[in-house]
Amino acid sequence: MLIPGLASLILFHYIPMYGISMAFQDFNVVKGFFKSPWVGFDNFAYLLKSREFYAILRNSILISLYRMFWGFPVPIILALMLNEVKNIYYKKTIQTILYLPHFISWVVIVGIVYNFLSPSTGIINHIIKLFGGEPIAFLQEEKYFRSILVISDIWKGSGWGTIIYLAAISGIDESLYEAAIIDGATRMQRIRYVTIPGIMSTIIVLLILRSGSILRNGFEQIFLMYSPLVYDVADVFETYTYRVGLREGRFSYATAVGMFQSIVGLILIWTTNRLSRKFGEGGLW
Amino acid sequence: MLYPFLNVIAVSISDYSSYLANPLRIFPGKMDFTAFRYVFSSSLILSSYRNTIVVTILGTLIALIVTILTAYPLSKKNLKGKKLIMNLFIFSMLFSGGIIPSFYLIRSLNLLDTLWALILPGTISAYNVILMKNFFTSLPESLEEAAKIDGASDLYVLWKIVIPLSTPIIATIGLFVCVGYWNSYFSAVLYIRDQQKWTLQLLLREIIMSANTQLLSSGGNMAEMSAEAIPPQTIKYATLIVVILPILCVYPFLQKYFVKGMMLGAVKG
Repeated sequence: MLIPGLASLILFHYIPMYGISMAFQDFNVVKGFFKSPWVGFDNFAYLLKSREFYAILRNSILISLYRMFWGFPVPIILALMLNEVKNIYYKKTIQTILYLPHFISWVVIVGIVYNFLSPSTGIINHIIKLFGGEPIAFLQEEKYFRSILVISDIWKGSGWGTIIYLAAISGIDESLYEAAIIDGATRMQRIRYVTIPGIMSTIIVLLILRSGSILRNGFEQIFLMYSPLVYDVADVFETYTYRVGLREGRFSYATAVGMFQSIVGLILIWTTNRLSRKFGEGGLW
Repeated sequence: MLYPFLNVIAVSISDYSSYLANPLRIFPGKMDFTAFRYVFSSSLILSSYRNTIVVTILGTLIALIVTILTAYPLSKKNLKGKKLIMNLFIFSMLFSGGIIPSFYLIRSLNLLDTLWALILPGTISAYNVILMKNFFTSLPESLEEAAKIDGASDLYVLWKIVIPLSTPIIATIGLFVCVGYWNSYFSAVLYIRDQQKWTLQLLLREIIMSANTQLLSSGGNMAEMSAEAIPPQTIKYATLIVVILPILCVYPFLQKYFVKGMMLGAVKG
Protein backbone atom coordinates (compact mmCIF):
# COMPACT_ATOMS: atom_id res chain seq x y z
CA MET A 1 0.00 0.00 0.00
CA LEU A 2 2.88 2.32 0.68
CA ILE A 3 4.32 1.99 -2.79
CA PRO A 4 2.51 4.78 -4.69
CA GLY A 5 3.09 7.30 -1.93
CA LEU A 6 6.72 6.45 -1.43
CA ALA A 7 7.38 6.34 -5.15
CA SER A 8 5.89 9.77 -5.54
CA LEU A 9 7.83 11.09 -2.56
CA ILE A 10 11.12 9.79 -3.87
CA LEU A 11 10.48 10.84 -7.43
CA PHE A 12 9.34 14.39 -6.77
CA HIS A 13 11.17 15.22 -3.57
CA TYR A 14 14.29 13.13 -3.22
CA ILE A 15 15.43 12.97 -6.83
CA PRO A 16 15.46 16.79 -7.03
CA MET A 17 17.47 16.77 -3.80
CA TYR A 18 20.01 14.58 -5.53
CA GLY A 19 19.76 16.86 -8.52
CA ILE A 20 21.19 19.56 -6.32
CA SER A 21 24.61 18.17 -7.16
CA MET A 22 24.22 20.21 -10.33
CA ALA A 23 25.39 23.07 -8.15
CA PHE A 24 28.84 21.47 -8.14
CA GLN A 25 28.93 20.97 -11.89
CA ASP A 26 29.34 23.14 -14.89
CA PHE A 27 26.03 21.84 -16.10
CA ASN A 28 25.52 21.65 -19.80
CA VAL A 29 22.14 20.82 -21.29
CA VAL A 30 23.66 19.03 -24.26
CA LYS A 31 25.93 16.82 -22.19
CA GLY A 32 23.24 16.15 -19.63
CA PHE A 33 23.36 15.49 -15.94
CA PHE A 34 25.78 12.57 -15.92
CA LYS A 35 28.41 13.90 -18.30
CA SER A 36 28.74 17.51 -17.24
CA PRO A 37 32.14 18.33 -15.70
CA TRP A 38 32.49 18.75 -11.96
CA VAL A 39 33.73 22.10 -10.76
CA GLY A 40 33.59 21.74 -6.98
CA PHE A 41 32.67 24.92 -5.19
CA ASP A 42 33.27 27.29 -8.11
CA ASN A 43 29.61 28.25 -8.38
CA PHE A 44 29.47 29.08 -4.70
CA ALA A 45 32.68 31.09 -4.85
CA TYR A 46 31.22 33.05 -7.72
CA LEU A 47 28.00 33.48 -5.76
CA LEU A 48 29.72 34.90 -2.71
CA LYS A 49 31.70 37.32 -4.85
CA SER A 50 28.82 38.67 -6.89
CA ARG A 51 27.22 41.91 -5.82
CA GLU A 52 23.79 40.73 -6.92
CA PHE A 53 23.87 38.04 -4.30
CA TYR A 54 24.11 40.48 -1.42
CA ALA A 55 21.29 42.55 -2.85
CA ILE A 56 19.14 39.42 -3.01
CA LEU A 57 20.05 38.42 0.50
CA ARG A 58 19.30 41.91 1.80
CA ASN A 59 15.95 42.05 -0.02
CA SER A 60 14.89 38.61 1.17
CA ILE A 61 15.61 39.41 4.77
CA LEU A 62 14.24 42.94 4.71
CA ILE A 63 10.97 42.01 3.01
CA SER A 64 10.56 39.14 5.46
CA LEU A 65 11.23 41.41 8.41
CA TYR A 66 8.76 44.02 7.19
CA ARG A 67 6.14 41.33 6.77
CA MET A 68 6.80 40.11 10.26
CA PHE A 69 6.86 43.53 11.86
CA TRP A 70 3.64 44.78 10.26
CA GLY A 71 1.93 41.52 9.50
CA PHE A 72 2.50 39.44 12.60
CA PRO A 73 0.43 41.51 15.08
CA VAL A 74 -2.56 41.92 12.75
CA PRO A 75 -4.14 38.48 13.22
CA ILE A 76 -3.64 38.75 16.98
CA ILE A 77 -5.47 42.07 17.12
CA LEU A 78 -8.19 40.78 14.81
CA ALA A 79 -8.63 37.68 16.96
CA LEU A 80 -8.89 39.76 20.13
CA MET A 81 -11.49 41.94 18.48
CA LEU A 82 -13.45 38.96 17.13
CA ASN A 83 -13.44 37.42 20.55
CA GLU A 84 -15.27 40.43 21.92
CA VAL A 85 -18.09 40.12 19.38
CA LYS A 86 -20.89 38.42 21.25
CA ASN A 87 -23.53 38.09 18.55
CA ILE A 88 -22.78 34.66 17.09
CA TYR A 89 -24.27 35.29 13.60
CA TYR A 90 -22.49 38.58 13.24
CA LYS A 91 -19.24 36.93 14.28
CA LYS A 92 -19.68 34.03 11.85
CA THR A 93 -20.34 36.42 8.98
CA ILE A 94 -17.25 38.47 9.74
CA GLN A 95 -15.16 35.34 9.97
CA THR A 96 -16.43 34.09 6.64
CA ILE A 97 -15.45 37.35 4.98
CA LEU A 98 -12.08 37.51 6.73
CA TYR A 99 -11.06 34.03 5.66
CA LEU A 100 -12.10 34.50 2.04
CA PRO A 101 -8.95 36.12 0.58
CA HIS A 102 -6.90 33.13 1.75
CA PHE A 103 -8.60 31.07 -0.95
CA ILE A 104 -8.06 33.52 -3.78
CA SER A 105 -4.97 32.99 -5.89
CA TRP A 106 -2.18 35.54 -6.01
CA VAL A 107 -2.84 36.00 -9.71
CA VAL A 108 -6.30 37.31 -8.96
CA ILE A 109 -5.18 39.43 -6.04
CA VAL A 110 -2.32 40.96 -7.96
CA GLY A 111 -4.75 41.58 -10.81
CA ILE A 112 -6.95 43.57 -8.46
CA VAL A 113 -3.96 45.41 -6.99
CA TYR A 114 -2.77 46.27 -10.49
CA ASN A 115 -6.08 47.74 -11.44
CA PHE A 116 -6.50 49.65 -8.23
CA LEU A 117 -3.06 51.21 -8.47
CA SER A 118 -2.95 51.77 -12.21
CA PRO A 119 -1.88 55.36 -12.94
CA SER A 120 -4.46 55.90 -15.66
CA THR A 121 -7.55 54.08 -14.46
CA GLY A 122 -6.82 53.00 -10.91
CA ILE A 123 -9.07 53.88 -8.03
CA ILE A 124 -6.33 55.16 -5.76
CA ASN A 125 -5.09 57.56 -8.42
CA HIS A 126 -8.65 58.56 -9.14
CA ILE A 127 -8.90 59.73 -5.54
CA ILE A 128 -5.52 61.44 -5.73
CA LYS A 129 -6.69 63.29 -8.82
CA LEU A 130 -9.94 64.29 -7.14
CA PHE A 131 -7.85 66.09 -4.57
CA GLY A 132 -5.77 67.68 -7.25
CA GLY A 133 -2.67 65.49 -6.93
CA GLU A 134 -0.53 63.97 -9.64
CA PRO A 135 -1.13 60.27 -10.43
CA ILE A 136 1.58 57.93 -9.14
CA ALA A 137 2.73 54.70 -10.81
CA PHE A 138 2.92 52.90 -7.47
CA LEU A 139 4.16 49.54 -8.67
CA GLN A 140 7.04 51.08 -10.58
CA GLU A 141 8.34 53.16 -7.70
CA GLU A 142 11.00 51.58 -5.55
CA LYS A 143 9.87 53.40 -2.46
CA TYR A 144 6.32 52.05 -2.59
CA PHE A 145 6.96 48.54 -3.78
CA ARG A 146 7.72 46.81 -0.51
CA SER A 147 4.83 48.50 1.26
CA ILE A 148 2.48 47.22 -1.42
CA LEU A 149 3.90 43.73 -0.96
CA VAL A 150 3.37 43.86 2.77
CA ILE A 151 -0.10 45.36 2.63
CA SER A 152 -1.44 42.92 0.07
CA ASP A 153 0.09 40.08 2.05
CA ILE A 154 -1.67 41.24 5.19
CA TRP A 155 -4.94 41.62 3.31
CA LYS A 156 -4.71 38.08 2.00
CA GLY A 157 -3.41 36.27 5.01
CA SER A 158 -4.23 37.85 8.32
CA GLY A 159 -7.89 36.85 8.47
CA TRP A 160 -6.90 33.24 8.07
CA GLY A 161 -4.17 33.70 10.64
CA THR A 162 -6.73 34.51 13.33
CA ILE A 163 -7.92 30.90 13.47
CA ILE A 164 -5.01 29.68 15.50
CA TYR A 165 -5.30 32.54 17.99
CA LEU A 166 -9.05 32.10 18.30
CA ALA A 167 -8.42 28.45 19.12
CA ALA A 168 -5.92 29.49 21.77
CA ILE A 169 -8.34 32.04 23.22
CA SER A 170 -11.13 29.49 23.43
CA GLY A 171 -8.77 27.35 25.49
CA ILE A 172 -8.52 29.94 28.26
CA ASP A 173 -10.28 28.94 31.46
CA GLU A 174 -13.65 30.67 31.72
CA SER A 175 -13.32 31.06 35.50
CA LEU A 176 -10.42 33.47 35.05
CA TYR A 177 -12.79 35.88 33.33
CA GLU A 178 -15.42 35.43 35.98
CA ALA A 179 -12.89 36.19 38.70
CA ALA A 180 -11.75 39.26 36.79
CA ILE A 181 -15.31 40.50 36.49
CA ILE A 182 -15.89 40.06 40.21
CA ASP A 183 -12.73 42.04 40.85
CA GLY A 184 -14.26 44.79 38.76
CA ALA A 185 -12.00 44.56 35.73
CA THR A 186 -13.15 46.50 32.69
CA ARG A 187 -13.32 44.91 29.30
CA MET A 188 -9.96 46.35 28.25
CA GLN A 189 -8.39 45.17 31.48
CA ARG A 190 -9.75 41.67 30.93
CA ILE A 191 -8.17 41.63 27.49
CA ARG A 192 -4.93 43.04 28.83
CA TYR A 193 -4.56 40.83 31.91
CA VAL A 194 -6.41 37.62 31.05
CA THR A 195 -6.67 37.06 27.29
CA ILE A 196 -3.24 38.26 26.21
CA PRO A 197 -1.29 36.36 28.88
CA GLY A 198 -3.45 33.35 28.04
CA ILE A 199 -2.31 33.25 24.42
CA MET A 200 1.24 34.49 25.04
CA SER A 201 2.84 31.08 24.61
CA THR A 202 1.07 30.60 21.28
CA ILE A 203 2.28 34.00 20.14
CA ILE A 204 5.87 33.27 21.13
CA VAL A 205 5.95 29.88 19.43
CA LEU A 206 4.47 31.23 16.22
CA LEU A 207 6.92 34.11 16.26
CA ILE A 208 9.88 31.79 16.71
CA LEU A 209 8.72 29.47 13.96
CA ARG A 210 8.03 32.39 11.68
CA SER A 211 11.56 33.67 12.08
CA GLY A 212 12.79 30.25 11.02
CA SER A 213 11.56 30.91 7.51
CA ILE A 214 13.02 34.37 7.19
CA LEU A 215 14.75 33.60 3.91
CA ARG A 216 11.53 32.42 2.32
CA ASN A 217 9.32 34.94 0.66
CA GLY A 218 7.42 32.70 -1.69
CA PHE A 219 7.58 33.02 -5.42
CA GLU A 220 4.18 33.97 -6.73
CA GLN A 221 3.40 37.25 -5.05
CA ILE A 222 6.69 38.94 -5.84
CA PHE A 223 7.03 37.40 -9.27
CA LEU A 224 3.60 38.65 -10.21
CA MET A 225 4.11 42.17 -8.90
CA TYR A 226 7.66 43.12 -9.72
CA SER A 227 9.12 44.53 -12.90
CA PRO A 228 12.68 45.35 -13.96
CA LEU A 229 12.12 48.86 -12.60
CA VAL A 230 11.99 47.60 -9.03
CA TYR A 231 14.38 44.62 -9.17
CA ASP A 232 16.72 46.51 -6.86
CA VAL A 233 14.30 46.39 -3.96
CA ALA A 234 12.13 43.42 -4.90
CA ASP A 235 14.32 40.60 -6.12
CA VAL A 236 14.46 37.70 -3.64
CA PHE A 237 15.98 34.22 -3.74
CA GLU A 238 12.98 32.57 -5.35
CA THR A 239 12.60 35.04 -8.18
CA TYR A 240 16.33 35.34 -8.77
CA THR A 241 16.78 31.58 -9.00
CA TYR A 242 13.98 31.39 -11.51
CA ARG A 243 15.25 34.22 -13.67
CA VAL A 244 18.89 33.22 -13.69
CA GLY A 245 18.17 29.54 -14.11
CA LEU A 246 15.30 29.27 -16.49
CA ARG A 247 15.39 32.56 -18.35
CA GLU A 248 19.17 32.89 -18.67
CA GLY A 249 19.86 29.16 -18.67
CA ARG A 250 22.61 29.27 -16.05
CA PHE A 251 21.40 26.03 -14.47
CA SER A 252 24.33 25.31 -12.20
CA TYR A 253 24.66 28.79 -10.81
CA ALA A 254 20.91 29.03 -10.15
CA THR A 255 20.95 25.66 -8.41
CA ALA A 256 23.76 26.92 -6.21
CA VAL A 257 21.71 29.99 -5.30
CA GLY A 258 18.73 27.79 -4.50
CA MET A 259 20.89 25.43 -2.49
CA PHE A 260 22.29 28.25 -0.40
CA GLN A 261 18.76 29.29 0.45
CA SER A 262 17.64 25.73 1.23
CA ILE A 263 20.56 24.97 3.51
CA VAL A 264 20.51 28.22 5.45
CA GLY A 265 16.75 27.82 5.69
CA LEU A 266 17.11 24.29 7.02
CA ILE A 267 19.57 25.41 9.69
CA LEU A 268 17.30 28.28 10.71
CA ILE A 269 14.20 26.13 10.97
CA TRP A 270 16.03 23.46 12.89
CA THR A 271 17.38 26.03 15.35
CA THR A 272 14.08 27.82 15.86
CA ASN A 273 12.31 24.51 16.30
CA ARG A 274 14.77 23.67 19.04
CA LEU A 275 14.07 27.03 20.66
CA SER A 276 10.35 26.50 20.52
CA ARG A 277 10.72 23.12 22.21
CA LYS A 278 12.68 24.82 24.96
CA PHE A 279 9.63 26.94 25.60
CA GLY A 280 7.86 23.68 26.33
CA GLU A 281 5.42 24.09 23.49
CA GLY A 282 6.71 21.35 21.24
CA GLY A 283 8.04 22.22 17.83
CA LEU A 284 6.76 21.59 14.36
CA TRP A 285 7.63 17.93 14.66
CA MET B 1 -11.63 43.45 3.25
CA LEU B 2 -14.69 43.03 1.10
CA TYR B 3 -14.59 46.27 -0.85
CA PRO B 4 -12.22 45.15 -3.62
CA PHE B 5 -14.43 42.16 -4.41
CA LEU B 6 -17.60 44.20 -4.53
CA ASN B 7 -15.97 46.80 -6.70
CA VAL B 8 -14.65 44.21 -9.15
CA ILE B 9 -18.05 42.53 -9.41
CA ALA B 10 -19.83 45.82 -9.88
CA VAL B 11 -17.48 47.04 -12.61
CA SER B 12 -17.60 43.77 -14.48
CA ILE B 13 -21.36 43.92 -14.92
CA SER B 14 -21.72 47.65 -15.50
CA ASP B 15 -21.38 49.34 -18.83
CA TYR B 16 -18.36 51.48 -19.48
CA SER B 17 -19.96 54.91 -19.15
CA SER B 18 -21.19 54.21 -15.65
CA TYR B 19 -17.74 52.88 -14.80
CA LEU B 20 -16.17 56.11 -15.97
CA ALA B 21 -18.71 58.14 -14.06
CA ASN B 22 -17.80 56.45 -10.82
CA PRO B 23 -14.98 53.86 -10.76
CA LEU B 24 -15.31 53.52 -7.00
CA ARG B 25 -18.76 52.00 -7.15
CA ILE B 26 -19.85 48.98 -5.14
CA PHE B 27 -23.25 48.77 -6.81
CA PRO B 28 -23.48 48.18 -10.53
CA GLY B 29 -24.72 51.02 -12.70
CA LYS B 30 -26.46 50.24 -15.95
CA MET B 31 -26.19 46.49 -16.25
CA ASP B 32 -24.20 45.23 -19.19
CA PHE B 33 -23.05 41.66 -19.63
CA THR B 34 -21.25 42.03 -22.96
CA ALA B 35 -17.91 41.63 -21.22
CA PHE B 36 -18.96 38.23 -19.96
CA ARG B 37 -20.37 37.20 -23.29
CA TYR B 38 -17.11 38.27 -24.83
CA VAL B 39 -14.98 36.43 -22.29
CA PHE B 40 -16.92 33.22 -22.74
CA SER B 41 -16.73 33.42 -26.51
CA SER B 42 -12.96 33.27 -26.41
CA SER B 43 -11.75 29.78 -27.22
CA LEU B 44 -8.67 30.36 -25.11
CA ILE B 45 -10.81 30.88 -22.02
CA LEU B 46 -12.73 27.70 -22.65
CA SER B 47 -9.66 25.59 -23.22
CA SER B 48 -7.92 26.92 -20.14
CA TYR B 49 -11.06 26.45 -18.11
CA ARG B 50 -11.11 22.84 -19.25
CA ASN B 51 -7.42 22.39 -18.43
CA THR B 52 -7.83 23.82 -14.96
CA ILE B 53 -10.83 21.60 -14.26
CA VAL B 54 -9.00 18.50 -15.48
CA VAL B 55 -5.94 19.30 -13.39
CA THR B 56 -8.01 20.07 -10.30
CA ILE B 57 -10.23 16.98 -10.44
CA LEU B 58 -7.58 14.46 -11.45
CA GLY B 59 -5.06 15.99 -9.07
CA THR B 60 -7.40 15.93 -6.11
CA LEU B 61 -8.48 12.36 -6.76
CA ILE B 62 -4.95 11.05 -7.19
CA ALA B 63 -3.69 13.01 -4.21
CA LEU B 64 -6.44 11.65 -1.98
CA ILE B 65 -5.91 8.06 -3.05
CA VAL B 66 -2.15 8.25 -2.63
CA THR B 67 -2.40 10.04 0.71
CA ILE B 68 -4.89 7.55 2.12
CA LEU B 69 -2.89 4.57 0.91
CA THR B 70 0.26 6.00 2.46
CA ALA B 71 -1.22 7.20 5.71
CA TYR B 72 -3.08 4.02 6.55
CA PRO B 73 -0.11 1.67 6.94
CA LEU B 74 1.78 4.42 8.75
CA SER B 75 -0.97 4.63 11.35
CA LYS B 76 -0.33 1.01 12.37
CA LYS B 77 2.00 0.44 15.29
CA ASN B 78 3.63 -2.71 14.02
CA LEU B 79 4.83 -1.45 10.64
CA LYS B 80 8.52 -2.11 10.07
CA GLY B 81 10.62 0.90 9.16
CA LYS B 82 7.82 3.26 10.12
CA LYS B 83 10.13 5.67 11.87
CA LEU B 84 12.42 5.88 8.86
CA ILE B 85 9.55 6.53 6.47
CA MET B 86 8.08 9.21 8.72
CA ASN B 87 11.46 10.90 8.89
CA LEU B 88 11.74 10.80 5.12
CA PHE B 89 8.42 12.61 4.91
CA ILE B 90 9.28 15.17 7.54
CA PHE B 91 12.62 15.93 5.97
CA SER B 92 10.91 16.55 2.63
CA MET B 93 8.98 19.37 4.32
CA LEU B 94 12.15 21.06 5.49
CA PHE B 95 14.47 20.73 2.58
CA SER B 96 13.90 20.71 -1.13
CA GLY B 97 16.02 20.44 -4.22
CA GLY B 98 14.74 23.76 -5.47
CA ILE B 99 13.36 25.02 -8.70
CA ILE B 100 16.05 24.03 -11.15
CA PRO B 101 16.46 20.34 -10.30
CA SER B 102 12.68 19.93 -10.22
CA PHE B 103 12.41 21.54 -13.60
CA TYR B 104 15.15 19.31 -14.96
CA LEU B 105 13.39 16.25 -13.57
CA ILE B 106 10.11 17.13 -15.27
CA ARG B 107 12.04 17.72 -18.47
CA SER B 108 13.79 14.37 -18.26
CA LEU B 109 10.46 12.65 -17.68
CA ASN B 110 9.20 14.29 -20.88
CA LEU B 111 6.36 15.88 -18.98
CA LEU B 112 7.02 19.46 -20.09
CA ASP B 113 3.97 21.01 -21.67
CA THR B 114 1.65 18.29 -20.41
CA LEU B 115 -0.99 18.65 -17.76
CA TRP B 116 0.65 15.79 -15.87
CA ALA B 117 3.50 18.12 -15.00
CA LEU B 118 0.97 20.18 -13.07
CA ILE B 119 -0.75 17.20 -11.46
CA LEU B 120 1.88 14.71 -10.39
CA PRO B 121 4.35 16.73 -8.29
CA GLY B 122 1.52 17.87 -6.01
CA THR B 123 0.09 14.45 -5.30
CA ILE B 124 2.01 13.76 -2.12
CA SER B 125 2.50 16.26 0.64
CA ALA B 126 4.09 15.30 3.91
CA TYR B 127 1.77 17.63 5.76
CA ASN B 128 -1.38 15.94 4.47
CA VAL B 129 0.03 12.47 5.09
CA ILE B 130 0.76 13.38 8.70
CA LEU B 131 -2.71 14.88 9.24
CA MET B 132 -4.36 11.82 7.76
CA LYS B 133 -2.15 9.46 9.70
CA ASN B 134 -2.98 11.19 12.98
CA PHE B 135 -6.66 10.89 12.26
CA PHE B 136 -6.39 7.20 11.43
CA THR B 137 -4.43 6.58 14.62
CA SER B 138 -7.24 8.11 16.65
CA LEU B 139 -9.83 5.65 15.30
CA PRO B 140 -10.75 2.81 17.66
CA GLU B 141 -8.78 -0.30 16.84
CA SER B 142 -11.41 -2.77 17.98
CA LEU B 143 -13.57 -2.21 14.89
CA GLU B 144 -10.77 -3.16 12.56
CA GLU B 145 -9.78 -6.13 14.66
CA ALA B 146 -13.33 -7.44 14.59
CA ALA B 147 -13.34 -7.23 10.80
CA LYS B 148 -9.94 -8.93 10.63
CA ILE B 149 -11.24 -11.81 12.72
CA ASP B 150 -14.10 -12.16 10.27
CA GLY B 151 -11.46 -12.66 7.60
CA ALA B 152 -11.41 -9.25 5.91
CA SER B 153 -8.29 -8.21 4.01
CA ASP B 154 -6.39 -5.00 4.74
CA LEU B 155 -7.74 -3.22 1.69
CA TYR B 156 -11.27 -4.32 2.51
CA VAL B 157 -10.96 -2.94 6.05
CA LEU B 158 -9.58 0.31 4.71
CA TRP B 159 -12.33 0.68 2.14
CA LYS B 160 -15.32 -0.48 4.21
CA ILE B 161 -14.43 0.66 7.72
CA VAL B 162 -11.67 3.22 7.88
CA ILE B 163 -12.66 5.44 4.95
CA PRO B 164 -16.33 5.81 5.94
CA LEU B 165 -15.22 6.78 9.45
CA SER B 166 -12.76 9.32 8.10
CA THR B 167 -14.97 11.41 5.85
CA PRO B 168 -14.34 14.65 7.80
CA ILE B 169 -10.58 14.54 7.36
CA ILE B 170 -10.84 13.31 3.78
CA ALA B 171 -13.21 16.15 2.92
CA THR B 172 -10.94 18.69 4.57
CA ILE B 173 -7.74 17.57 2.93
CA GLY B 174 -9.51 17.11 -0.37
CA LEU B 175 -10.75 20.68 -0.27
CA PHE B 176 -7.35 22.11 0.50
CA VAL B 177 -5.72 20.13 -2.26
CA CYS B 178 -8.50 21.14 -4.63
CA VAL B 179 -8.13 24.86 -3.95
CA GLY B 180 -4.37 24.45 -4.22
CA TYR B 181 -4.62 23.00 -7.70
CA TRP B 182 -7.17 25.54 -8.81
CA ASN B 183 -5.03 28.45 -7.70
CA SER B 184 -1.62 27.13 -8.62
CA TYR B 185 0.24 29.41 -10.93
CA PHE B 186 3.92 28.85 -10.40
CA SER B 187 4.09 25.29 -11.72
CA ALA B 188 2.20 26.38 -14.82
CA VAL B 189 4.73 29.17 -15.36
CA LEU B 190 7.52 26.64 -15.08
CA TYR B 191 6.19 23.77 -17.11
CA ILE B 192 3.65 25.03 -19.64
CA ARG B 193 4.49 26.90 -22.84
CA ASP B 194 1.81 25.79 -25.28
CA GLN B 195 -1.20 28.11 -25.27
CA GLN B 196 -3.56 25.18 -25.67
CA LYS B 197 -2.32 23.83 -22.34
CA TRP B 198 -2.63 27.08 -20.43
CA THR B 199 -4.51 27.07 -17.17
CA LEU B 200 -6.92 29.75 -16.09
CA GLN B 201 -4.44 31.46 -13.81
CA LEU B 202 -1.87 31.77 -16.60
CA LEU B 203 -4.45 33.13 -18.98
CA LEU B 204 -5.77 35.61 -16.47
CA ARG B 205 -2.26 36.86 -15.92
CA GLU B 206 -1.78 37.37 -19.66
CA ILE B 207 -5.03 39.23 -19.99
CA ILE B 208 -4.30 41.54 -17.11
CA MET B 209 -0.81 42.32 -18.33
CA SER B 210 -1.53 42.71 -22.01
CA ALA B 211 -4.58 44.88 -21.56
CA ASN B 212 -2.49 47.12 -19.36
CA THR B 213 0.14 47.58 -22.02
CA GLN B 214 -2.60 48.08 -24.57
CA LEU B 215 -3.83 50.97 -22.54
CA LEU B 216 -0.36 52.43 -22.34
CA SER B 217 1.14 51.74 -25.74
CA SER B 218 -1.87 50.54 -27.76
CA GLY B 219 0.27 47.62 -28.92
CA GLY B 220 -0.09 44.08 -27.70
CA ASN B 221 -0.50 40.71 -29.28
CA MET B 222 -3.95 39.76 -28.10
CA ALA B 223 -5.52 40.28 -31.51
CA GLU B 224 -8.47 38.08 -30.79
CA MET B 225 -8.98 39.76 -27.46
CA SER B 226 -9.35 43.29 -28.78
CA ALA B 227 -11.74 42.39 -31.55
CA GLU B 228 -14.62 44.41 -30.22
CA ALA B 229 -14.68 47.77 -28.57
CA ILE B 230 -15.20 46.55 -25.07
CA PRO B 231 -13.17 48.49 -22.54
CA PRO B 232 -10.21 46.41 -21.35
CA GLN B 233 -10.95 47.32 -17.77
CA THR B 234 -14.33 45.66 -17.90
CA ILE B 235 -12.89 42.62 -19.65
CA LYS B 236 -10.20 42.23 -17.03
CA TYR B 237 -12.69 42.44 -14.23
CA ALA B 238 -15.01 39.99 -15.95
CA THR B 239 -12.15 37.51 -16.32
CA LEU B 240 -11.25 37.93 -12.67
CA ILE B 241 -14.80 37.03 -11.75
CA VAL B 242 -14.82 34.03 -14.06
CA VAL B 243 -11.68 32.71 -12.37
CA ILE B 244 -12.79 33.11 -8.78
CA LEU B 245 -16.47 32.37 -9.28
CA PRO B 246 -16.27 28.64 -8.52
CA ILE B 247 -14.45 29.35 -5.28
CA LEU B 248 -16.84 32.13 -4.31
CA CYS B 249 -19.77 29.80 -4.95
CA VAL B 250 -18.70 26.85 -2.86
CA TYR B 251 -16.71 28.70 -0.22
CA PRO B 252 -19.47 29.79 2.20
CA PHE B 253 -20.80 26.24 2.43
CA LEU B 254 -17.47 24.58 2.93
CA GLN B 255 -15.87 27.11 5.22
CA LYS B 256 -16.37 24.98 8.31
CA TYR B 257 -14.31 22.18 6.76
CA PHE B 258 -11.49 24.54 6.00
CA VAL B 259 -11.43 25.86 9.53
CA LYS B 260 -11.55 22.35 10.89
CA GLY B 261 -8.55 21.47 8.79
CA MET B 262 -6.60 24.40 10.13
CA MET B 263 -7.43 23.32 13.68
CA LEU B 264 -6.29 19.77 12.98
CA GLY B 265 -3.03 21.21 11.78
CA ALA B 266 -2.66 23.31 14.90
CA VAL B 267 -3.38 20.52 17.36
CA LYS B 268 -0.94 17.91 16.26
CA GLY B 269 -0.57 14.44 17.68
